Amino acid sequence: MNGLGRWLVVACAVLCLGAASDPSERLADPAQEARARALFKEVRCLVCQNESIDASNAELAQDLRAIVRQEVAQGRSDVEVRRFLTDRYGEYVLLKPRFSWANAALWLAPLLVVLAGAGLLISRLRTPPAEAELTQAEISALSRLADDRPEDRGSAS
Amino acid sequence: MIVEIGAFALILSLILSVLQTGASALARVRRAPVLAAVGEGAAIAAFFALAVSFAALIYAFVVSDFSVANVATNSHSAKPLLYRVGGAWGSHEGSMLMWCLALTGFGALLAGYGRGLSAGLKAVAVATQGSLGIAFLAYTVFASNPFWRLTDPPVEGRSLNPLLQDPALILHPPFLYVGYVGLSVVFSLAIAALVEGRADAAWARWVRPWTLAAWSALTVGITLGAFWAYYELGWGGWWFWDPVENASFMPWLIATALLHSAVVTERRGALPGWTIFLALGGYTFSMLGAFLVRSGVLTSVHAFAVDPTRGVLLLTILGVTAGLGFALFAWRAPAMARGGLFAPISRESALVLNNILLAAATATVLLGTLYPLIREAIAGEAISVGPPYFNLTFTPLMFILLLLLPAGPLLAWKRADAGVALQRLWIAALLAAVAAVATLALAQPRSLFGAAGLALGVWLIVGSATEVAERIRLFRAPRGEVLRRLGGLPRGTWGMTLAHAGLGIFVLGAVFETTWKAETSEVLAIGQRLEVAGYVVALEDVAPVQGPNYEAEQATLRAFAPDGTLACMARPERRLYSAGGQTTSEVAICTRGLSHLYMVLGERRVGADGGPVWLVTGYWNPWALLIFLGPGLMALGGVVSLSDRRLRLAAGRRAAQPAAPERAPEPAGEPA
Repeated sequence: MNGLGRWLVVACAVLCLGAASDPSERLADPAQEARARALFKEVRCLVCQNESIDASNAELAQDLRAIVRQEVAQGRSDVEVRRFLTDRYGEYVLLKPRFSWANAALWLAPLLVVLAGAGLLISRLRTPPAEAELTQAEISALSRLADDRPEDRGSAS
Repeated sequence: MIVEIGAFALILSLILSVLQTGASALARVRRAPVLAAVGEGAAIAAFFALAVSFAALIYAFVVSDFSVANVATNSHSAKPLLYRVGGAWGSHEGSMLMWCLALTGFGALLAGYGRGLSAGLKAVAVATQGSLGIAFLAYTVFASNPFWRLTDPPVEGRSLNPLLQDPALILHPPFLYVGYVGLSVVFSLAIAALVEGRADAAWARWVRPWTLAAWSALTVGITLGAFWAYYELGWGGWWFWDPVENASFMPWLIATALLHSAVVTERRGALPGWTIFLALGGYTFSMLGAFLVRSGVLTSVHAFAVDPTRGVLLLTILGVTAGLGFALFAWRAPAMARGGLFAPISRESALVLNNILLAAATATVLLGTLYPLIREAIAGEAISVGPPYFNLTFTPLMFILLLLLPAGPLLAWKRADAGVALQRLWIAALLAAVAAVATLALAQPRSLFGAAGLALGVWLIVGSATEVAERIRLFRAPRGEVLRRLGGLPRGTWGMTLAHAGLGIFVLGAVFETTWKAETSEVLAIGQRLEVAGYVVALEDVAPVQGPNYEAEQATLRAFAPDGTLACMARPERRLYSAGGQTTSEVAICTRGLSHLYMVLGERRVGADGGPVWLVTGYWNPWALLIFLGPGLMALGGVVSLSDRRLRLAAGRRAAQPAAPERAPEPAGEPA
């Protein structure tokens, strides 16, 4: 092995630990391994910048993966694994926020915005506009606008 | 010396922006064309001054002038020329200068090309654009000046993050910034409409092209960013719902909604208030993005260096600009005309529905991005909102939107017959159903989400084509007439069809890739192989490689297709950048039709027999190419649509005045 290669080995030992799919981390049972991998996507690598432990190569992510795999191998359910993690690290560790009262605004907002929009649309459709007819001034303004249409040619279109 | 010229030109640009705002505002008050011309001239001059300033910064990076603080922190003399140039906008300071360049550039375009606008509207718009420029230029000059010198210059720079040394990422910020800042023109036009108390069809016709241009640039910018993440981060992900990605995605969603609502205002004079609201919202979200990325309030993979002072300043600019804009809206909008009537089943209603769903999607992304901050501020509890949240909220909203999409263009304005529109879509519905059944029957493992997603993609693509087929009376009229109609289709229609079909293509790729992606990771010695999705990847050799500013290990992989033939030779690398001490992986992608065989070289280990072994990962990303082709097609649709207006308006002019001489140029003239 040449000098550069040796140096890379040393650098890698510090900088690049294994990925989620690393065979040395893998569980023997493919079904359990698949369940663990699905759970990884929901667990935050706490020291990383917004990465799941499935995507991260950081040392802590590796430790968390080991914990999750161990829990899964011991036959814990997904819910139990999540509880185990939140008991240790707080809710911050879950990338999928819990369905709880504290998060009600978060989970319900999309629905509320749709309902509010629909409500506005329905009220708009029901009430006839006050100024349905054009005033004389507006009609002349309209025809003026129609006349200078060609002048719009310089638009930044 | 050149660096000082750059600093001087930057300050000059700020002064010219002040002149632009003052003269144009006064021109509106006094109704004085001369002052308006002064304001427009100042806008154009401000752009040229900033172009000089930006060129000076690029020069400092190219010659590696480490006496400039920004160059010393973000460049390195061993970096290739392309990345030294790109480094000019790779840092916080440089990117703010690029933001200002785009702001003044759009101001100059507005001043130079806005000849069809009424004098009052234009003066207010130019003045507003000038004041937007003042805010960011003052910020750049006083708080984030890229030309600051070091009293004790270092011999060598600290280099740009190696992950960012990539062609796609050199192009990504310019496109993104043209998109972000392009929405500033729309913001200025909205303010002008509120001041003038008028947002009619003519005004909406002015909003559309600027929105289209900004939207197309944003689409390209976001896609480049996703593509970069896909091949650079080394595990094949392309969208992470990261706060910074969301920061660029929210203006895009708003711009998409605005494109559709402006159509209603332009064609039917309806919804002017809502269109103005969205026009104000687009640039507000752009500024919010600038704040989120640079303040460090959110942890993100892409965030710039954390600097709370700058964050506060950017938040102030955001608060004041958006606050004034929306306050003016609250004051003036209620007095504006509501516009035309329409029935519950009509093109207008369909477009309103599009806007409701896009607004809800934007609100979801906004809340998902900011909720951890809100909870932390209120309850002091740290929580995370990650991809699983967005998959459960954003995706269903989009599913409904895309399900309804093909029907929209088939509905008539004012009052339409839903039954007729749906009847016309029977071919699309049939093909979508066939796609769903075929997927359920053939694709392993079986996935309901995958089948529904593929059906949706087919529904979108065929549904978009149906609109064109209807308009040219395909199979119903004689061939001559069909061809005549095909030739006569406006480019706007082609643009819309391309964009909608592109969305369908994206859905196909995204769903297929997400559902049926395969991954195999093995520790291989030279001569060993791994198998992924039927492909066999053999490790032939690993050799050290010396790059311009990095050292690497390069693997030679031989990939065999399922039928045993050689698919490709792949050479993934693992690079070590000595300047910053970072390791990156350079993946090798072997394109097979629409799909990618994606190979990553991992760390070197010591095998059981004491010899070296390497962690090699192979991914099979089926139809991954469509994820990037689809948005590319959407952006192309935007460009085609843009070209339509120019052609149509020019043609209209030719028809109206066949022999008329060219009009005398406006006093301000056009930027060269």
